[in-house]
Amino acid sequence: MPDPARARTLRDAVGLGLAVGLYGVAFGAAADAAGLDVWQALVLSAVMFTGASQFALVGVLGAGGSALAAVGSALLLGTRNTVYGVRLVPLLRPRGPLRRAGTAHWVIDETTALSLAAPDRALAGLAFWVGGATLYLTWNATTVVGALGAAALGGTARAALDAVVPAAFLALLWPRLGRGFPEPAVQRRVALGGAVVALALTPFVPPGVQVVAAVVAVALAGRPRRAVTS
Amino acid sequence: MSATWTAVLVASVGCYLLKLAGLSVPASWVEQPWVARVVDFVPAALLAALVVVQGLTSGDDVVVDGRLAGLAVAALALAMRAPFILVLVLAGAAGALVHVLTG
Repeated sequence: MPDPARARTLRDAVGLGLAVGLYGVAFGAAADAAGLDVWQALVLSAVMFTGASQFALVGVLGAGGSALAAVGSALLLGTRNTVYGVRLVPLLRPRGPLRRAGTAHWVIDETTALSLAAPDRALAGLAFWVGGATLYLTWNATTVVGALGAAALGGTARAALDAVVPAAFLALLWPRLGRGFPEPAVQRRVALGGAVVALALTPFVPPGVQVVAAVVAVALAGRPRRAVTS
Repeated sequence: MSATWTAVLVASVGCYLLKLAGLSVPASWVEQPWVARVVDFVPAALLAALVVVQGLTSGDDVVVDGRLAGLAVAALALAMRAPFILVLVLAGAAGALVHVLTG
């Protein structure tokens, strides 16, 4: 018997996995621009496997930042995956330490969104594993393509790549400022605050530290639930 | 081991442990209103900081070059709902154009 809900879940999972996975080209190129070799880029995609943290790590290292500042910014961006995990437990019910350890590796923005959007618990699991597998394979393959491709670039193409990296961060930030996210006006205020703090600190702190320091802008979000509108 | 490898490995393991923690700790630890609030807004602050650091700085200096043109083009493309890959290609083209024009 045909099952339209199952077919739709599979199509969404594979489609999103492929579309976002292609973005790994930009990550591979950004890693190369920051001076990482192809193995370091690949280890990040294979082991860290959470895009914003990966971009942050290579972004801070590329700006001349210390390893500590790079790790700090990656970990701060990784905290949201902890919250995703809590939301996924009732849907995926990973049993036993091995199953939990395997599931944890693919807890990211996209797999969480796919699982939460699925119509029931069985399809949530399907969306998680199919979306996760598609994205993981595509993301790692395109990371290598991006890193090797960028390494072969000359002067003008290098300038192009230098312009792509900040645009990649803007593209990661953009959806958070729109209607798809709760409290977009507060998100925009916090983003503006983060940008101002980072720019103001740039002349005075070692490279990369201003990125971690920008986390203080979260204070602009105000109290839980009772959002202050200024 | 180089500082880069150390950063890659430590951050990779750390990010994995953050994921694992979500599946392992009691929900009530993470679902405190203040924790949820901070976690919801950390990406906006950090990603915006990374946009300006990557787009407008070089070491300790604030620098305006082709990267700013790339950011402007990217913002326009994002506002028009262009797919991510197209946004990046257009930003790269703008950066390359400024590089060629300014020598």
